[in-house]
Amino acid sequence: MRRVLIGTAALLSAVFIVVPLVYIFVQAFSAGWGAYVANILDPNTLHAIWLTTLVAIIVVPVTIAFGIAASWLLSKFVFPGRGLLTTAIELPFSISPIIAGICYLLLYGRQGLLGGWLSQNDITILFALPGIIMVTMFVTTPFVVREVLPLMQAQGPDQEQAAVTLGAGGWQVFRRVTLPNIRWALLYGAVLCTARAVGEFGGVAIVSGSIRGKTNTLPLHVELLFNDLNVVGAFAASTVLTMIALVVLIVKTVLERRG
Amino acid sequence: MTIEIAQMYKSFGRTEVLRGIDLTVANGELVALLGPSGSGKTTLLKIIAGLDWPDRGGLAFDGQDWLQLSPQDRRIGFVFQNYALFPQMTVRDNIAFGLTVRPRGERPAKAQIASRVNELLGFLQIDALGDRYPAQLSGGQRQRVALGRALAIEPTVLLLDEPFGALDAAVRRDLRRWLRGVHDAMGTTTIFVTHDQEEAFELADRVVVMNHGRIEQIGNAATIHDAPATPFIADFMGATIHLPVAVREGRIGGAGIDAAHLPTADLPNGPAQLFVRPEDLLPIPDPSGPWSVSSVTNTGSQLRLILSDASGTEIPADLRRRSPGAQGLTPGVRVHLRPEAGSVFPAETV
Repeated sequence: MRRVLIGTAALLSAVFIVVPLVYIFVQAFSAGWGAYVANILDPNTLHAIWLTTLVAIIVVPVTIAFGIAASWLLSKFVFPGRGLLTTAIELPFSISPIIAGICYLLLYGRQGLLGGWLSQNDITILFALPGIIMVTMFVTTPFVVREVLPLMQAQGPDQEQAAVTLGAGGWQVFRRVTLPNIRWALLYGAVLCTARAVGEFGGVAIVSGSIRGKTNTLPLHVELLFNDLNVVGAFAASTVLTMIALVVLIVKTVLERRG
Repeated sequence: MTIEIAQMYKSFGRTEVLRGIDLTVANGELVALLGPSGSGKTTLLKIIAGLDWPDRGGLAFDGQDWLQLSPQDRRIGFVFQNYALFPQMTVRDNIAFGLTVRPRGERPAKAQIASRVNELLGFLQIDALGDRYPAQLSGGQRQRVALGRALAIEPTVLLLDEPFGALDAAVRRDLRRWLRGVHDAMGTTTIFVTHDQEEAFELADRVVVMNHGRIEQIGNAATIHDAPATPFIADFMGATIHLPVAVREGRIGGAGIDAAHLPTADLPNGPAQLFVRPEDLLPIPDPSGPWSVSSVTNTGSQLRLILSDASGTEIPADLRRRSPGAQGLTPGVRVHLRPEAGSVFPAETV
């Protein structure tokens, strides 16, 4: 019985995970190293890599800061509406990112609720970097909170209160008591958040407009290349995403061992 | 250094946790706040520490209004029920915490901090544990570290929330004696919260009994035990048997109850309730008595009798196994009751 289960699990993993992953690399290199490098060095691909990196660099720190602040608030203080806020933070998990994209479109688009005011004041959100960043933030908001909040709730406010009676100020309490207690959960949440920020497709597809060399993130670029029937190009770009994912996975595993 | 609490009120939502607390604690005194859970004793402690705020009322320390002062500026040594040690710091760093977070100008030099920590480690008899982490300590050791961390800042007042709650009985007794020694050596005004009477009476100079957000009585073991101010106190102190009696001309009487010898504290004539401890209740064999022995349990040194009357009411009575007359009390024997001690309260107050 055990052998059957192990065998089934191994077979399914191979079919659904390992083989497709290996196939990405096989396809990417199918026309040789030269073609692979040429595709990666294509200005539009390079720009997509850069844009995706930029989005992650901006979004991840903001999500971390938000995650810490929200978890701190929800676990150490009691106030009316606390349950509601907890639910609201989890909302992006249950909503399809594409709906977030459409909401942003309706809100900030030319015909949207705020569209007129925005264009009068020369603020561009849609089909530009701000829109991409906002949708990515929406999607990644819960990641840090979900890791940090349960830990903070389990620890309760006693250690912080003890620090306060011993004379520590707000920043000292955070840096010397709270932060060391949550650091592994925080890193873990940040890793997951990075993975999601880099890989986000649906929401970004709506608000970015996929303008080549301008608002095309890496996942969108893969799709464009694929639709262009440039299979080698699409798979070459995919290898970059895959490698980012693998690095994230390794970091996560290492963190889980230490934590 | 006197703490004065005046007319303090506090509610959480609709629950009134403190309902008019007045209490003065003298310099160097060791006071216990004793009460069942939900009596408001921990809330009172947290308000004194500045970790919570009253809805109204006064809190003064040597005449200074403490409600205007942040907890950081009160210099309170607070020992939490679960110790709340910092898990990622060694014992040494835990104890030094209060000194290392001081602003640069007031912070002692590193060497000074280290020698103060060493001094405390010695004083608390945990010299060998300085480089361990809290997870590597036993409950009793953690308790000592928590106390050391609180004492390091030379607190104006020491507050302890259920200091022995998480320890087993033997460690509890040892630490109790030891804590009394620490208090006598340091002379710090100390308030601790407990639900354990024995702990409160053994350790404290004065015991403050709280119930439902009010102070019911303040005193020592003798006054609170022998002259409970309210029915709650009598019950809380173990007088769990409540017998209906009547007071007439300063004497107590009741069906099958021989209590004429008990003092009545000038109660008015009328119905009353007599509160008695099981060990103060003496059953006397009497063929016409309204109670009968329904079971006898031998616990070695003591006999626990369950007595019942015609209506099915059951009451316990404890007596020494070797006391005269104990042999005659077997199941089925009819008795009347002679309380050796007890407190009487008018029926309408119970």
